[in-house]
Amino acid sequence: MKLHEYQSKFLFRDFGIPIPEGQVATTADEVQQIAAELGGVVVIKAQAHVGGRGKAGGVKVAKNVEEARAYAEQILGMDIKGLRVDKVLVDPGADIEREIYLAITNDRGAGRPLIMTSMDGGMDIEELNRERPDAITREHIDPILGLQGFQVTYIASAMGMPRALWRQFGSILRGLYRCYVESDAELAEINPLVITGGGDLLAVDGKVIIDENALFRQPALTAERDASDELESERQAREAGITYIKLDGQIGCMVNGAGLAMTTMDMTKLYGDANGIGPANFLDIGGGATPEQVATALRIILSDSNVKCVLFNIFGGITRCDEVANGILTAYNEVKPDVPMVIRLQGTNAPAGNRIISEAQIPNIMSAQTLTDAAKMAVAAVKEGA
Amino acid sequence: MSILIDRSSKVLVQGITGRQGGFHAKLMMEYGTDVVGGVTPGKGGEWFEGKPVFDTMRKAVETTNADVSLVTVPARFAADAMMEAADAGLRLVICLTEHIPVSDMMRVVSYCAQKGTRLIGPNCPGVMTPGQAKVGIIPAMVAVPGNVGVVSKSGTLTYEVGFAMKNAGIGNSTIVGIGGDPVIGTTFVEVLEMFENDPETEKVALLGEIGGSAEIVAAEYIKNAMTKPVAAFIAGRSAPPGKRMGHAGAIVDGGEGSAEEKIQALEAAGARVAANPEEIPGLLS
Repeated sequence: MKLHEYQSKFLFRDFGIPIPEGQVATTADEVQQIAAELGGVVVIKAQAHVGGRGKAGGVKVAKNVEEARAYAEQILGMDIKGLRVDKVLVDPGADIEREIYLAITNDRGAGRPLIMTSMDGGMDIEELNRERPDAITREHIDPILGLQGFQVTYIASAMGMPRALWRQFGSILRGLYRCYVESDAELAEINPLVITGGGDLLAVDGKVIIDENALFRQPALTAERDASDELESERQAREAGITYIKLDGQIGCMVNGAGLAMTTMDMTKLYGDANGIGPANFLDIGGGATPEQVATALRIILSDSNVKCVLFNIFGGITRCDEVANGILTAYNEVKPDVPMVIRLQGTNAPAGNRIISEAQIPNIMSAQTLTDAAKMAVAAVKEGA
Repeated sequence: MSILIDRSSKVLVQGITGRQGGFHAKLMMEYGTDVVGGVTPGKGGEWFEGKPVFDTMRKAVETTNADVSLVTVPARFAADAMMEAADAGLRLVICLTEHIPVSDMMRVVSYCAQKGTRLIGPNCPGVMTPGQAKVGIIPAMVAVPGNVGVVSKSGTLTYEVGFAMKNAGIGNSTIVGIGGDPVIGTTFVEVLEMFENDPETEKVALLGEIGGSAEIVAAEYIKNAMTKPVAAFIAGRSAPPGKRMGHAGAIVDGGEGSAEEKIQALEAAGARVAANPEEIPGLLS
């Protein structure tokens, strides 16, 4: 779960990390008032879950209250890559001497937390990593022991942090590590952490991503969720306990298991790509596949008007294919889809399942033996319908 | 022979009185697995299908001499259950549970390493040595005994490929589901190494997916150290970057972990990579 910049920075503040004393606004009037209270130069920053907001005109420096209001009117309601900006952060302008990068993330390969830092902050870390990997200092943390004092010194020394700032930097790094651990973050990033003209450190921009699987023990952070970037169909699926991700193709896929769901998508593309045909979605129905679940999943898939064919690929292990077949027919009668459906059942009781499907004699339902056949039939059905 | 488990493995099920734990414990026993008991805190002294239930792993191991544990408890208790199993001195812990926080797994993996316990999973279907034992949820019908080792990040995709092999007359030495989470106990390379050293395994099928770099590391091992032929499939060629495809670890992030780079690395290492998992039996014969 992504936090907005303002949520990230306010969270940092709770862990003793200095941030600009800005406020959030949803109207130009509020922005004007905040700018007047802060006085001087302010920065108006769009709060939306999308990268590249600066380039899109979502971040503006205002020299006075009038300018602040004018920019707020521009930015509030603007569209950045399909997302509407409903909130802005109004920060006092910072006196920036130098920009530093500091982040803590889960290193999945090492199975440990990783601190990454660089005196060349401000830019995109992935770009920096590609172009000058040596400019990044990396330190792994023992997940049981946590961040140790000597590691703070290692990092400050290795990255070339001016000695006069070691104390301040150490306090920020410890705070950020506590924030990362106590918030169950996948990523806690300050970019940039600036050295001000007055010789202080200040977290000017921040990004925190919380591990979805840890939200059960993070009630305060869960309440901060802004799901405005989530599609309605994806929200419905999430609430029904189905994993659904909308894609751009024409073949709706309903599969049990994540790995097999990806594979089924791949097969539609393998056989359809030459004709511009591919998967319309990722969907993992999970174990069981009861009629209710199948019906809900079918409705979600069909809510995408690009879908010209639905491909079922169910491998029955513990699940029995005859039960799944009955579930599909019940769901079919309930939803009455007007696109063709290809059904491929394999595994436990597959012959019985296929018999149930064929005996139902529904004109736009086709039965397939192998995944290869199923994918080819779905591609052919889309071609015919086009 | 086989790897990780065989008919002599003595297995405890953590969460045996739960719905999932009980259901699969029964199927494991029917398959021939030597399930010696289970653990559910607060239910010690009860019986499950004629097997004793204990309050703690320590007591269960003392009494039964178990060497393997299967963790089936819910996500919020799973980290504790895995560490309890490692603390009780088990050789092998297999965790099926999905949705465990990554921060918990980093501590658990580190703790298991300290204790010398091998952890498989979490978020995996378990391990099966066909004809001998299964610990987990892999259905009995997907495999017969044979000489192809299987290592996979996914559940149903593994069943699919196992079943395709069975239909082609190919059997398996051991099938290992390592799980689709970002931080897991045992990676591809460690299982490949076990298969390389197992005299019963003559060929290996590796089923990977997008996200992370475990398949790239596996390719390096295949290139440098493996003498046995490897056939592979990587799921997620059609997945867009930045989207998590069901498994917590299945995401192409910052340009890393794409199917293409994994396929290239595996092909460069001499593995035969299938564009379609139904081609795997053909690539193995």
